[in-house]
Amino acid sequence: MLSPTAIYTILISVAIVIGGIWAEDHLKILPDIASSNAPIYDELFNVLFIIGTILFVGMTALVVYSLINFRRKQGETGDGIAIEDNLPLEILWTAVPAVVVLFVGLYSYDIYERMGGMQLQSHDNSHSHHLMKSDKRIWGGIGSASNEQSSNNLPVIDVELTAMQFAFLFNYPKGEIISGELHVPLGHSISMKMESKDVIHAFWVPEFRLKQDVIPGQPTILNFTPTKAGRYPIICAELCGPYHGGMRSTVVVEEPDDYQAWFEKNAKKTELKL
Amino acid sequence: MSISLPPSLQEDPKTLQPTGWLRYLSFSLDHKVIGLQYLICGFLFYLIGGLLAGAIRIELSSPISDFLSRDVYNQVLTLHGTIMIFLWIVPVVNGAFGNYLIPFYVGARDMAFPRLNAVAFWLIPPAGLMLITSYFINGAAQSGWTAYPPLSITTPAAGQIVWILSVLLLGGSSIFGGINFIATILKLRRPGLKLMQLPMYCWAMLGTSILVVLSTPVLAGTLILLSFDIVAHTGFFNPTLGGNVIVYQHLFWFYSHPAVYIMVLPAFGLVSEILPVHARKPLFGYTTMVYSIMGIVVLGLVVWAHHMFTSGTPPWMRLFFTIATSFIAVPTGIKFFNWVATLWGGRISLNSAILFSCGFIVNFVLGGITGVALAQVPFDVHVHDTYFVVAHFHYIVYGGSVFVIFSSIYHWFPKFTGKMLNENLGKFHFVLTFIGFNLCFAPQHWLGLNGMPRRVAEYDPQFTLVNQISSFGALLMALSTLPFLWNIIYSSFKGKASGDNPWQALTAEWLTSSPPPIENWIGEAPLVKKPYGYGHQEKLQPSSKSINEDENS
Repeated sequence: MLSPTAIYTILISVAIVIGGIWAEDHLKILPDIASSNAPIYDELFNVLFIIGTILFVGMTALVVYSLINFRRKQGETGDGIAIEDNLPLEILWTAVPAVVVLFVGLYSYDIYERMGGMQLQSHDNSHSHHLMKSDKRIWGGIGSASNEQSSNNLPVIDVELTAMQFAFLFNYPKGEIISGELHVPLGHSISMKMESKDVIHAFWVPEFRLKQDVIPGQPTILNFTPTKAGRYPIICAELCGPYHGGMRSTVVVEEPDDYQAWFEKNAKKTELKL
Repeated sequence: MSISLPPSLQEDPKTLQPTGWLRYLSFSLDHKVIGLQYLICGFLFYLIGGLLAGAIRIELSSPISDFLSRDVYNQVLTLHGTIMIFLWIVPVVNGAFGNYLIPFYVGARDMAFPRLNAVAFWLIPPAGLMLITSYFINGAAQSGWTAYPPLSITTPAAGQIVWILSVLLLGGSSIFGGINFIATILKLRRPGLKLMQLPMYCWAMLGTSILVVLSTPVLAGTLILLSFDIVAHTGFFNPTLGGNVIVYQHLFWFYSHPAVYIMVLPAFGLVSEILPVHARKPLFGYTTMVYSIMGIVVLGLVVWAHHMFTSGTPPWMRLFFTIATSFIAVPTGIKFFNWVATLWGGRISLNSAILFSCGFIVNFVLGGITGVALAQVPFDVHVHDTYFVVAHFHYIVYGGSVFVIFSSIYHWFPKFTGKMLNENLGKFHFVLTFIGFNLCFAPQHWLGLNGMPRRVAEYDPQFTLVNQISSFGALLMALSTLPFLWNIIYSSFKGKASGDNPWQALTAEWLTSSPPPIENWIGEAPLVKKPYGYGHQEKLQPSSKSINEDENS
C-alpha cells in the first residue's frame, strides 16, 4: 500500500504538471510573435517545455519522496537494503532518455528544416557591389526565407547590415538608403547580408526568434519574413565592448504601402521601385 | 604483499615535512596538505569571485549603468567568470578532493609525483593574485572569460596579456594535476585492488584527467597564438590581417566545453561517494556508472561547436553537434537515475551533506534539461548569449558543482580535522543557499527568453522587477556564506570530536585515524574490495583490518 506521504507526493506532482501546462497556455513566457519563424519556434518551445517540466518534476518528486520516506527514523539502526544493481531497471532508464533524446532530436531537425535551416543560403550578390566582395565564402544563418523560395511570390528585399562599435547600419542597395533603423514590409521575405567592421556583434530580434552573429571578415546571412506590424528591438547579443548593453536599434515592420512611402522618401534613385 | 616503506624511512616520517599549521603555507609534499591547500585557496578565491558577482547583481538591480563604469563592469564580469572557473571550481573539485582522496582510494601513501603535485598547487596562488592585481594596475581584461578576438585584441592589451598568462599558469597546473591523477590511479593501486573495485570518484577523476590532458594543451596553444596577435601583431585571429575569428572559437571551445565536464564529472564522483554512506545502501549500478562516465568523456570531446550555433556555422555542422550534444543526456541521465535508486529504500540520515547532494541532483536536472533544449539549433538561435544561457550554466556549475563542494565539505570535514561541523548551522546554510540560488537564477530563464542579452550593464526597463528578484536571491546566497564560514571556523577549534569514522563509512579514507597520520595508515594499507558494501552486515565494525579481512593477503 502507498503511504499517505506517497499519495501527497503524487497529488502534488500531478498538480504541478497540470499547473505547468495551464501556465504555459495562459502566462506570457515568450515575447510577441512577429516573424514566420516565431510560431515554429514556439511549437518547439512548448514541446520541450512540457517534456522538461515532466522530467524535472518527476525527478524532484522522486528525490523528495525518498528523503522523506526513507529517512532514518528515531532509534533506527542498521543499513538499507543491499541492492547493488538491477539490469532490467538500468536498461529501462538508459532506453527512456535515449528515446526522449532521439524524439527531441528528430523533432528539432524537423523544426530546423521548416525554419529553412537546411537550405543553402545565398544572397543576390548583384546588388552588393560596393560593400562586400562576393567571392568570399558566405556562411548561412537560419531563416525561413530564401531568394529561391519566397512562399508568397512577393519580391525579396535585400538589405546589407554593417555592425560597428556600437551601432547597426542598414543599407538598402536598391535605393541606396543607409538607415540606423531597419524598415521592412510585412509579409515580404528579407535577406540580410551582414558583416562587422570591428569586433563580433550579433543581430537579435526576440520577436523574430532569430539571432545571427555579425562577424568581421566573414559575411553571414540571415533570412526572415516579418508577419506582424510593429516596432521591435534589435539587440546586440555578443559582448562587443563597454557600450555593448546600449548597442540597440529598432526594426520597424510596416504595411507594404507605408514601407513603400518610407522607401521612396529616402531612396536616392526613385525609379528603382520595390 | 606489503607496500610499506623500508624501515629506515619509517622511523620518524614527521621530520621529513614541516608540521603544525605552517605546513599549509609550505611546499609540502603530503597529498593531504596539498589537498587542503587547494581547498582553502580555492575558497578564498570563491569569496572574491562572489564579491564580484555581488557587484554585477547590484549593477543589474537598475536598468541603467549606474553602479560601475562600463569598462569596469566588463572587467568585473571577466574576472568573475575566470576566477570562479579556473581558481575555484576546477582546482577544488579536482585538486582539493582529488589530492586528498585518490591516494586513500587506491591504497597509496601519496600521489605518484609528489613534487609535481606541490608545483601544480603553487602555480595557482601567483596566477590568481596576478589576475586580480591586474585590475588595480592597468585594468583587468574586459573581453569576458571567453576572450573572443577581435574584442580581446582591441581592448587594452595589458589586462588581456595578464589574463592570458594567468590562465596559462592555471592550465599548466591543471595538466600537471591530470597527469598525476592518471599515473596514481593506474599505477599506484595497492596490489590486489582491481580497477572495477575502485570507488566511483577514482573513475570520475580518471575520466576528468583524460579530458584535462587532451584538451587543456589546445587552450594553451590558442591563448599563446592570441597573445602573439596582441603583442607581436600577428594575424592568426585578427581579421584586418587576414586572420579568422571563428577558428579561435573552435579552438577555445575544444577546451572549454570539456572544461564543463572537468567541473562536473568530479562532482558526480563525489556525490557517488557521499550518497551511499548516508543512505546506508550500496551505490546503485556501479558498472553502468563507470561506463556512463567514460561515455561522457568521449562525447564531451565532440560537442564543442554547440557554443557556436550563431557564429555562422554550416548546417551539417550544426546538426552533428546538436545530435552529439543531445546524446550526452543519456549517460548523464543514467547517473541521476542510479543516484535516486541509491536513495530508494535506504536509511537516510537527513544531514547537511545529503541535503546538499540532493540539492545538487534537483538543480542539475533542471540545468541538464535546459542544456538539452539549448543543444537544439532552432531553440538556441533565440536564446544563445542571453540570460537563459546564464541561468543554464549557473544551474550546472553552481547548482551542480558548488552544491557538491559544500556537500563534500560537510562530509569530509571530520576526516580533515577530527571535529564535527554543527548540523543546525549546516541545515540553515543549505536552506538559505538553496532558496537564494533558485531565486537568483530561475527568473533569469525568463529574462533570456524575453530579450535580455548576457554581459550587459544596462537593459530594457521592463526587466527591472525580475532582475531585482534575481539580485535579492544573490543577496541570500551571499548571506548564506556567513553561517558556513562561522561553522567552519568555530568547529575547527571548538567542534565536537568526531572520532575516526563518524559516518561508519567503508571507503579507505575512513579506515584510519581522523585526521590521518602522515603516511595515511600506520602499517599496511587496507584492501577495500567493496567500497559500497553497506547493508550486508547488521553491525558495522569499521577498523583497518576487519573489512575484507579474508581477502587481505
